Amino acid sequence: MTDRTGEVVWVSGAVLRAAGARRLTMYEVVEIGPLRLLGEVIQLAGDEAVIQVFEDTTGIRPGDECRGRGAPLSVEIGPGLLGHIFDGIQRPLTALQQAQGVFLHRGLQAAPLDPDRLWPFTPKAITGDRVKGGDLLGTVPETIAIEHRLLVPPGVQGTLTYLATPGNYTLRDRIAAVQDERGTEIPLHLRQHWPVRRPRPCRTRLMPNEPLITGQRVMDVLFPLAKGGTAAIPGGFGTGKTITQHQLSKWCAADIIVYVGCGERGNEMTGILNELPALTDPRTGHALLERTILIANTSNMPVAAREASIYTGIALAEAYRDMGYDVALMADSTSRWAEALREISGRLEEMPAEEGFPAYLATRLAEFYERAGAVITLGGQKGSISVIGAVSPPGGDFSEPVTQHTKRFVRCFWGLDKELAAARFFPAINTAESYSEYAEAVEPWWRQHVEPEWRRLRETALALLQEDQQLQRLARLLGEEALPDSQRLVLEGARWLRDGFLQQSAYDPVDMFCPPAKQMGLLRLILQAYRQAQELLAQGMPLYLIRELPEITDLMRLKSQWRDESGEPLNLMERKLTEGFAALRARYVSDHESGGQP
Amino acid sequence: MSAITSLAASREYLGIKAITGPLLVVAGVQGVGYQEAVEVTTADGAMVRGRVLAASREEAVLELFGPTVGLGLDNVKVRFRGSPLTVPVSEDWLGRIFNGLGDPLDGGPRPLGQEDRDINGLPINPTARTYPQEIIQTGISAIDGMNTLVRGQKLPFFSLSGLPHNELAAQVVRQARLLTEAEQFAIVFAAMGVQHDVANLFRQAFEESGALNNVAMFLNLADDPAIERLVTPRLALTVAEFLAFDKGRHVLVILTDMTNYCETLREVATSKGEVPSRKGYPGYLYSDLASIYERAGKISGCRGSITQIPILTMPNDDITHPIPDLTGYITEGQIVLERDLHQRGIYPPINVLPSLSRLMSDGIGEGRTRADHQNVANQLYATYAKVQRLKSLAAIVGEEGLSRTDRVILQFGRTFEEKFVNQGKNDNRDVFATLDLAWEILQQLPQEELTRLSKEELETYAAVP
Repeated sequence: MTDRTGEVVWVSGAVLRAAGARRLTMYEVVEIGPLRLLGEVIQLAGDEAVIQVFEDTTGIRPGDECRGRGAPLSVEIGPGLLGHIFDGIQRPLTALQQAQGVFLHRGLQAAPLDPDRLWPFTPKAITGDRVKGGDLLGTVPETIAIEHRLLVPPGVQGTLTYLATPGNYTLRDRIAAVQDERGTEIPLHLRQHWPVRRPRPCRTRLMPNEPLITGQRVMDVLFPLAKGGTAAIPGGFGTGKTITQHQLSKWCAADIIVYVGCGERGNEMTGILNELPALTDPRTGHALLERTILIANTSNMPVAAREASIYTGIALAEAYRDMGYDVALMADSTSRWAEALREISGRLEEMPAEEGFPAYLATRLAEFYERAGAVITLGGQKGSISVIGAVSPPGGDFSEPVTQHTKRFVRCFWGLDKELAAARFFPAINTAESYSEYAEAVEPWWRQHVEPEWRRLRETALALLQEDQQLQRLARLLGEEALPDSQRLVLEGARWLRDGFLQQSAYDPVDMFCPPAKQMGLLRLILQAYRQAQELLAQGMPLYLIRELPEITDLMRLKSQWRDESGEPLNLMERKLTEGFAALRARYVSDHESGGQP
Repeated sequence: MSAITSLAASREYLGIKAITGPLLVVAGVQGVGYQEAVEVTTADGAMVRGRVLAASREEAVLELFGPTVGLGLDNVKVRFRGSPLTVPVSEDWLGRIFNGLGDPLDGGPRPLGQEDRDINGLPINPTARTYPQEIIQTGISAIDGMNTLVRGQKLPFFSLSGLPHNELAAQVVRQARLLTEAEQFAIVFAAMGVQHDVANLFRQAFEESGALNNVAMFLNLADDPAIERLVTPRLALTVAEFLAFDKGRHVLVILTDMTNYCETLREVATSKGEVPSRKGYPGYLYSDLASIYERAGKISGCRGSITQIPILTMPNDDITHPIPDLTGYITEGQIVLERDLHQRGIYPPINVLPSLSRLMSDGIGEGRTRADHQNVANQLYATYAKVQRLKSLAAIVGEEGLSRTDRVILQFGRTFEEKFVNQGKNDNRDVFATLDLAWEILQQLPQEELTRLSKEELETYAAVP
């Protein structure tokens, strides 16, 4: 036995101890037993290593061999990632199905990327150049929409002594060589590896100031997320976390989507796999699948791989960020990841902090969210990673440790509400509890590109919702009837805003994605109707007449009927609304002048 | 192909080191695998099964699926089987009754199988799943109309003690059918800690539906050893998987009562001295439940399917209790039963507001049920949610204090509960009758309340008398 090979001395669940392998290092990948199950070193003490195993350990027994691979858990970066689905340790699920059938057997080994596929490579550097980490060597059209950029890996520096000529190459082929100062020649390939737990370096971090348009009105207008920002979606079961995450992964304006299904339902991953190829990106016209990487570690797949899946996802996101792309990573759900930490920690008999979670939970969450950001890459490009983490608080109670810690590390909080979900009001975002710290930062973008009055409209809407909330409390005690008409109009206006603007069905073929201009058009019109109603009310018009105005109902339905890009339906509606109000006023005034009761 | 078969054939040891609760420690063993099945025999020949929970070079910790009464440190024989707990799979399990460990209770022989399978099963590769889309009509309006069940779904009943959840499940079993095919479901029924009457109720339901030959019953009753319950659902699902994915049958799996299962899990975790998380349940309760619930579904290339209806009673009527809470995070929705409705004589006492079927939207609509299905359901939800708000308001200001429209909405709430939710135990409404009924009661509402319905739908369906 070599120094990297030890033997199992104790096994229970996903954790085992191995003795006799003194040269193993922290987070090194090990192969265990005759099936060569994969695991990772998580503790070292003298002669003994503690290993978390990424697969079910049934049948593992003391005496089984543990062989270190000499490298930490790493992702493989190269063309062929986009449009594919991997498990928590980047095994290619489609290839596994073809090779092994419909069930996931243990001990399956497969290269994440097809090593034999030929890719057309175009060099973008010149032999003899001085190059350093992050510099562009060449490109490969990975999908129709996305160009894969081969970069000099971080840490490598020297003279480019070889660069392949244009042509087709496999991932195995040497594509470039760099000679460093000591004269060592480093061969480079279309595939590179990077340890998942180590953040990839960048040159500088930027302040996020461009909104990540999601096509979801309540988010884009009321609680905007910036490219490079972090957001959390907490909510009890059934409040629509997953649907919201799916909506974002489909429609948000990122170049690349990394979707991590961490400890969630198998059917959900299947659903997204089925849906994406059929949907086209409204910005590029290409299939949405072509910009997406899926990581699936469903709830019945091994727990240690669930812990790793988050890191696998973010490491892949960083790779594309470094190519100069805006990447959005959805993690559904970070609570399952935290629970995986808790389970492993429990097996290690560590002293628990709150609710059995290990004391390092907050540190791990912080490290994860800090890997988001807008940056200038080593190669001088602009790139970003936005991270959107779903949180599944037990009992929907936001005071639990994962939600509370997450709140400290994210700057955008989309709290989901059980009551709204029960009324099938989606997205069930509670406007009183949610917030975004990016609103100021993204305002100039909206002002310049879409709507000069973005700030005023947004603030008016928020103020109306806030006023509504206070009055709702009163109405709940006294009944709406007991309030004066001016206050009841606030309730009515807030209702228009909720039904006509905030509510947005993920299943509505027209309304599931709402472009920024339409968002602003709808908001402006609803607020305008509210102002017109206020004016009429001030002139003595009773509220019920305004309420029964048929144009209001049409306004509520406008979001689903405004299909095309043109502003025509908006103008039409605006005219109808103004005429409706005018007619109402005329009728009311004439009734009054004739002395009759309206 | 696996380590299991390469383990040495079964070995026997005499004597054990310690017994605490259901756990046994055996010293001086070698080559024992994690999760390996064991048989412990006492001097008088009684045999109890178990499995390995932890194995080290010196000793193994075992978990026993039976009473430890009469076990001593020296008078027992421990036999390691050399493989994890397995079950011989075949179609012979249908039409039979077994205990929670799969031993026949009906006097028949033990089923023989073509193959022994690990009761823990294997995860289905997400790429191999087929998204569930075919509606299963249960004949119950609150389910079909608003929380549609589809083939391959896992949809639990969240109930309370004293409510007719078993009657409802039995009715679903009797009435369940696919809209597109005439084929009968195979039913796998796993009881965990339920009373004899409950088991009999289901038996009767199976008989009435003429399905008895298509049913495999696994009964761990209230007076059976609690720890067997950890095996029962896995055993049942292993048989179900064979029927569905090897034999192409559509299988309906009823698991009742999952609360008893979780209690046992907690008991064992505590006796192992594990760090507890919420309410004393082990931190891995989520993963453990997922290893059961995720065994529902459809697989591409296989004709069959597994649809799961787990039933659980919410301790202390609390939906935020870890058992319903974690279940809700794994399953594709839930049907929630409510005491208040039950006391007002509404059967089934389904509260539709916290109920949900996540797979509904793909199972309904044009070509599957009817084009208006989704919007009708949404409208019922939105208005019924309003009814609840108005109810609490009416409790303060009195119904007279409400506006005319609000009173109409309150009245709608009553009609909805009494005519739509409420139905007889043998009332089998098809999904179109359910939708027509929904339109009938929606007519009560003023037009401006019907914002979830499109103009076209109002024109097409509102005219239906």
